[in-house]
Amino acid sequence: MSVQDAGFEPSVRFPSNALSEVPFRVYTDPEQYRLEQERIFKGPTWSYLCLAAEIPVPGDWVATTIGEVAIIVARGPDGAVNAFVNRCAHRGNLLCLTEKGHGKEITCIYHGWSYDLAGKLTGVAFERGIKRQGGMPPEFRKEEHHLHRLRVGEISGLVFGTFSDEVEDVETYLGPLVVSGIRRVLNRPAAIIGRSTQILPNNWKLYAENVKDTYHASILHAFLTTFRINRLSQPGSINIDDSGGNHFSQAKMDYAAEDAEYKAQQLRSDTDMKLADNSIIDPIDEYGDQVSVQILTVFPNMVLQQIRNTIAVRVLRPRGVDKSELDWIHLGFADDDEDMTERRLRHGNLVGPAGYIALEDGCVGGFVQRALQYNDDDAGIVMMGGHDAQSQTFRASEAAIRGFWKKYRALMGA
Amino acid sequence: MDDLALRLAVADLNAAYADCIDDDRLEDWPDFFVENCRYLITDRQSHEAGLRHGIIYGASKGMLTDRVMAMRKANIFEPHRYRHIVGPPQIGRVADGIAEARSNFLAVRIMHNGDSQLFATGRYLDKIAVGETPFRFVERLVILDSRKVDTLLVLPL
Repeated sequence: MSVQDAGFEPSVRFPSNALSEVPFRVYTDPEQYRLEQERIFKGPTWSYLCLAAEIPVPGDWVATTIGEVAIIVARGPDGAVNAFVNRCAHRGNLLCLTEKGHGKEITCIYHGWSYDLAGKLTGVAFERGIKRQGGMPPEFRKEEHHLHRLRVGEISGLVFGTFSDEVEDVETYLGPLVVSGIRRVLNRPAAIIGRSTQILPNNWKLYAENVKDTYHASILHAFLTTFRINRLSQPGSINIDDSGGNHFSQAKMDYAAEDAEYKAQQLRSDTDMKLADNSIIDPIDEYGDQVSVQILTVFPNMVLQQIRNTIAVRVLRPRGVDKSELDWIHLGFADDDEDMTERRLRHGNLVGPAGYIALEDGCVGGFVQRALQYNDDDAGIVMMGGHDAQSQTFRASEAAIRGFWKKYRALMGA
Repeated sequence: MDDLALRLAVADLNAAYADCIDDDRLEDWPDFFVENCRYLITDRQSHEAGLRHGIIYGASKGMLTDRVMAMRKANIFEPHRYRHIVGPPQIGRVADGIAEARSNFLAVRIMHNGDSQLFATGRYLDKIAVGETPFRFVERLVILDSRKVDTLLVLPL
């Protein structure tokens, strides 16, 4: 029986039904964190697992996590992508110890139980004993001890998985708007150009909110304003799915005007601060739609980012009530030429653990976490732009954060 | 320059480089590089996999100057310093005024409140212009042993 079946009440109470009030204890309570693992990560949600491009060949596998739960994603001999728990059915040992591998089967190092790439138990060492002594009793059936399988779904090369038998398919889960946001960015075969992992000293939800928070961007990340880049007013939008959990925000830019502005700046002898090397921001409109920034989230654990010409998937991994890890997977496309690859690498300075407009996000969640230490008996407010979680055509809004809480509260029964 | 003299000169360069960062004289840091330089912070797994992205990807001295400017004027973070411990360099190929060198390093991060933590270990893979003094880096690849960065990286390594 899971915690969910037991009908436990969440230990953190929300002060009202308003989506714009968030009790601070939700970031600090260990019991709440445990319930989230059951009701969110193992509940009716789709978590990002990996890129299909990481397991191109039958036999390839990667080890990952959903919440704190260890998962294996493998491409079977039929080419299908399978996902199952990384836990031997025999004694619960971790099956895959490394991040990736390749093979016809997966064998537990502890007692040699082996599984095929769909998670089916195929071999039990000494099943018949030795010299007719010992061995498994006659009632033992291998087919009753397969690995717990997850449902999988794929959109534009992103592989998602869920423990839930009830949740709708991944496209329906995301909604047509957010699916279109994914397809816009990943519109051709992607290639990994880099990886890093950032340890965040905060509860996972503080980062999940941060990436939905269009309000903080131009305030906390002073890089763009300090160097007076992109002063032109940027039209934008926030697009939120019906559940509230998935979203993307966009900002558009007049590429030609920025280029002209930059050239004019180079000619002026004013004392404005300007970059010595503009190539870290010098963009081309690769999608032909003037969108210079798109931040897309999939509840609960994925971000897909296009900032100018740097494209990345970020995977949020809870690691205890006050710690998280953020994996950055930097992408290019198979058809990028050398100039485009170099452009993406240079724009990569904007993001990641050392990113000009991202590094602050590594510490700000930790500042909140520290301030809440044994001082968490109030509620924060997210009412910029109203109280609901509707899509908006402006960005001075916390609507997408309220969307997060709409989804969260529906799942947690809070 | 004989082998021993070269090795000592590169060790001096490494020591001066580390002091420049650790003593917070970051405005001087880009001067350790030639104009057309490469400065990259990546990790061993990425480097061995041939992934070209770096968490810092510097492709010119100007980009390093911009890093320092941004850190001073724009980026927000808690004040901290590093203490670099750099091992003795090993000199590789020397040709056309460029010496290849590698050395191991360890950087402790000391926060403003005194919290002190082993922040990074790794290896410098260098190409150094040794034709004239002072020596300058044509290329410094900072290969971290671990892919995980705690909180953020804003001071160079």
